[in-house]
Amino acid sequence: MSSHNPHDLSRRDFLKVVGSFVGSVMGLGLGLPLVSYFVSPALEVQGGDKWIPAGPLENYPIGQPTLFTFTLTKKHGWEKTSQSYGVYIIRHSDTDITVFSNVCTHLACRVRWHDDQEQFICPCHDAHFAESGEVLSGPAPRPLDQYEYKIEDGTLYIHLVEG
Amino acid sequence: MTDKPSRMQALYAWLDERLGLSTIYKVVLDRKVPKVNWWYTLGSATLFLFTMQVITGIFLTVYYVPTPDHAYDSVNYIMQDVSFGWLVRGIHHWGASFMVLFVFLHMLRVFYMGAYKYPRELTWVIGVLLFVLTLGMGFTGYLLPWNQRAYWATTVGTQIAGTPPIIGPWITRILRGGEEISALTLSRFFSLHIWMIPALMALLIAVHLYLVIRIGISNPPSKDE
Ligand code: HEM
Ligand code: FES
Repeated sequence: MSSHNPHDLSRRDFLKVVGSFVGSVMGLGLGLPLVSYFVSPALEVQGGDKWIPAGPLENYPIGQPTLFTFTLTKKHGWEKTSQSYGVYIIRHSDTDITVFSNVCTHLACRVRWHDDQEQFICPCHDAHFAESGEVLSGPAPRPLDQYEYKIEDGTLYIHLVEG
Repeated sequence: MTDKPSRMQALYAWLDERLGLSTIYKVVLDRKVPKVNWWYTLGSATLFLFTMQVITGIFLTVYYVPTPDHAYDSVNYIMQDVSFGWLVRGIHHWGASFMVLFVFLHMLRVFYMGAYKYPRELTWVIGVLLFVLTLGMGFTGYLLPWNQRAYWATTVGTQIAGTPPIIGPWITRILRGGEEISALTLSRFFSLHIWMIPALMALLIAVHLYLVIRIGISNPPSKDE
């Protein structure tokens, strides 16, 4: 069965070609789905935007940063996880309000308002923020984040945007 | 063909000199085999199935959790939400049955052709262990979806394992990790299924293949034997 004509494909070369072709098709056929399988949940966009009711305006004394916390449950794969959020609400007047996220802009620990020093202080790496949200000292790269809000029938709503 | 080796050839030569790649190639793929038939491919088919089970199984553990409160939901999640989850689980599910089938057919061909005789007794003995371990994979894997069928199959299976006199009840207890089927049963079956048995099988397969290559494939029996 030896091939004398140099243009003849030997049995061995034929099998090599067919083998690597079939192998590649099967490798890609399984490999690409596997990549997608591993990555897909990570790329899923959840949430969107929500208006969270934060209770009547009177709950927030004028000039005093007040912590408001709420939890949202989300579905992560096979499990519902509740995630807690905290915002500092400062009422300046009946229409003018500031809503700060309590997430530190450095590495996402939670800041706390200290009445005695009149500052937000982060326990992790000691970032200090003024009542206006400005960075006073420490490693935080930017002021505290703020949330949009609206007031309807005397109730405060916070605009939570995610994703 | 040019006389000067290309960069790729030079790289290959460099690696080959250190790793002995062409020797491996010669010994493993260019070895002499008698004129055989399709029955001789069953071992390789089994090896292919084992590899597929390992790959898809590893990927299943990305989402599967072996606890009674989440196992069932996590399997549903794989089937319904994860992209190509149905494919990965499907291959693993069908591959498991095919593997049992192919191991068995491979064993039958070795038996009918008398290929287990001198000097291949150890290849056969290791094969028997691999057969038992393959069944063990099926048994332990069956519980993992934690549905009714899984639960009752394991109830029955561990009960059957308890039929020998005297030691029987102990075997059942050890398999279940206690009196009844519980979270402990699920987690020990998981551990057996994804680590202990596959690691042992990989080791035994390596020895099995070493022996196949070292001793060489047997001739198909002929009429005058
Ligand atoms: C995980 C399971 C197994 C794998 C991956 C496997 C793999 C292989 C491969 C690739 C060969 C080369 C020749 C052929 O394919 O026929 C072989 C040969 C052999 N296998 Fe297996 N095998 C397995 C299970 C078994 C079982 C259950 C037995 C018997 C109890 C067995 C006994 C043998 C023997 C005696 C040979 C030598 C045959 C000869 O030289 O002609 N193997 N095996
Ligand atoms: S996380 Fe707040 S200071 Fe580092």
